[in-house]
Amino acid sequence: MFEILRRELMADESVVLNEISAPLIAEKAQPGQFVILRANETGERIPLTLAETNPTRGTITIIYQVVGKSTALFKSMKVGEKFMDVIGPLGRPTDIEKIDGEVVCVGGGTGVAVLYPITQAFKDAGNNVTSVIGARSKNLVMLEDRMQGASDELHVCTDDGSYGHHGFVTDMLKHALDTKDVRLVVAIGPVPMMKFCCQMTAEYNVKTLVSLNTIMVDGTGMCGSCRITVGKETKFACVDGPEFDGHQVDFNELTSRLQAYCPEEKQAYEKFKCECQSS
Amino acid sequence: MAEEKKKKESIPRQEMPEQEPKVRNKNFDEVPLGYSPELARKEAERCLQCKKPSCIQGCPVGIDIPGFIAHIRDGEFTKAIRKIWEKNSLPAVCGRVCPQEDQCEGLCVLGKKDKPVAIGHLERFAADYERLYGSGELPPQAAPTGKKIAVVGSGPAGLTVAGDLILQGHEVTVYEAFHKGGGVLVYGIPEFRLPKEIVASELHYLERLGVKFEYDVVVGKTLDVDELFAQGFEAVFIGVGAGLPTFLNLPGENMVGIYSANEYLTRANLMKAYLFPEYDTPLMQGKDVVVIGAGNVAMDSARTALRMGADKVRIVYRRSEAEMPARVDEIHHAEEEGIEFFLLTNPVRFLGDDQGRVKGMRCLQMELGEPDESGRRKPKPIEGSEFTLDCDLAVVAVGAGANPVLTQNTKNMQLTKRGYVVADPKTGKTMKPGVWAGGDIVTGQATVILAAGAGRLASNSIQDYLAIGW
Repeated sequence: MFEILRRELMADESVVLNEISAPLIAEKAQPGQFVILRANETGERIPLTLAETNPTRGTITIIYQVVGKSTALFKSMKVGEKFMDVIGPLGRPTDIEKIDGEVVCVGGGTGVAVLYPITQAFKDAGNNVTSVIGARSKNLVMLEDRMQGASDELHVCTDDGSYGHHGFVTDMLKHALDTKDVRLVVAIGPVPMMKFCCQMTAEYNVKTLVSLNTIMVDGTGMCGSCRITVGKETKFACVDGPEFDGHQVDFNELTSRLQAYCPEEKQAYEKFKCECQSS
Repeated sequence: MAEEKKKKESIPRQEMPEQEPKVRNKNFDEVPLGYSPELARKEAERCLQCKKPSCIQGCPVGIDIPGFIAHIRDGEFTKAIRKIWEKNSLPAVCGRVCPQEDQCEGLCVLGKKDKPVAIGHLERFAADYERLYGSGELPPQAAPTGKKIAVVGSGPAGLTVAGDLILQGHEVTVYEAFHKGGGVLVYGIPEFRLPKEIVASELHYLERLGVKFEYDVVVGKTLDVDELFAQGFEAVFIGVGAGLPTFLNLPGENMVGIYSANEYLTRANLMKAYLFPEYDTPLMQGKDVVVIGAGNVAMDSARTALRMGADKVRIVYRRSEAEMPARVDEIHHAEEEGIEFFLLTNPVRFLGDDQGRVKGMRCLQMELGEPDESGRRKPKPIEGSEFTLDCDLAVVAVGAGANPVLTQNTKNMQLTKRGYVVADPKTGKTMKPGVWAGGDIVTGQATVILAAGAGRLASNSIQDYLAIGW
């Protein structure tokens, strides 16, 4: 179980794709859901939203950026090696429906990996989908072909102008809001990106879904590590989410909760890098 | 006869050796060190072997207490453990974590004049002796019946059901959402109170009997109960515990540095964060820690914080000492280790810095009024008594509720208003045919032995069902 069947490096090798054997999860998983993975006995439980599932092959696909020890450890695993634990599918699936009007899917960084199956599902439900994906630079743009296939119209943005539109995804989001009858926006990416998208769509009064990648332990509603204020209520991203109405999410609280373990994360990552060098 | 009684009464209760408070509050090793065979036999000598033993009335699973104690007294340790196993499949655990003072020992007649027989210590001794020096011989098992039973959750209730039914010759598969078995015994109760090696040995014993464990399976998500029936299971037992943390719903509670006790203990225990960075899961190290609540979980959290290097740990509780729900031993251990108690104190909001990290708690002083529905005197605030308690870490340990992941994804399961499973208290039968439930998911947060007791009732009922039907 949980053997890595395929491994690809993307976006200048800073992003990794793993296709993992997990038949039970592949059979059940729906767009928007996540899994929790643990590499080995001493590992952390890391939540990652699924980028793809293939029930026929019995596989799930995750795409992640290397940001610390645990993701670096995941990256170090080769085809044929196994994750010790993969748990899921967890969280609520995206509510996919035929919307009366345009659906705009906005993705930034590895958020595009999470956005892709959701975009495809909206497309398959008969929606007209415009997508906007962004990255810092051309070499970091992810899943452009996939997103192209899942959308009626795709705009690519780069911060440095090396490819597509020179600027942020919010520019093209604004363009869509101004020119189309947009009824739903799905924004998935770094917290600042989601926050700015939501600020913009709030002005247009367009419903906006965001997917939150909070810190979790069990992923089944037992610990409250992933709690976040949505509206005036505390919600658990693992069981009530991971998707929420972006206009209700307290992004400042989310930012500070995501940074809760910065010193420990740094310590663990430095130690890991030293160990890798010495071995 | 009277002379013998007198002789027995002249033996004082044999205290169990413990690690020194100043040493143990810096390590995660077990605090009480266990009886030697000599101490155990001497303590067993104290038992009056009452003709109508009241201690048994106090035991939720009805262990023949004078019976097993007589075997220890006679040095027949294997017989002693077999006697306990007749009623309780988790003696090494229960000997350590049962609230004996409210159960068996609370009713021991010796306790009227002197201290009661140390029944919990003796139970622990019998189990530990068997684990360390026993033959490892498995009890006799009935011939295979070919019937398959699924157990959901590997805590005390589920393990009891698995242990009972495997001996009856059925095939038993236990599904566990976490990557390790034991439920609250591994994620909740700390190493210094219940070494994980003991839980692992209980699981290993069940594996040797043929119980299959399927980890990383969240029933309600990965699989559902009806799919288990479709896979050929004839009965399903649900013992998923009360895995939903209760928060205080106070302003500022989502700030960084405020944990639910569930999270704090799961990180420390299951994920072994106390061994960070050898283990990857971190746990914030507070210097000035407050724990809100005064049950066993609160004591476990406070003592964990101390071992994680806190300078100061305070228990904040809105009632008085008499109402504290923790075991007497746990309160005593916490006090000895240097935990401070802020009683009749109720937090009203959390204070934070500009980074969103907790730095204190506004509290009210309370006084006790008339008894409430729980029979305990209801605390009410003293006007104008608000004050600030500084802290850099807070753990909320005010109980747990029913986790909905399984129950909401199971058809035809009747639930109470608060989300617990409705089950017959005598049999564990739920309103869904073929499904039993027991432990905290039925009763709300309770004790290991009550969960084990519910497991025993359910396994008896499942056995009847497999023979004669629902």
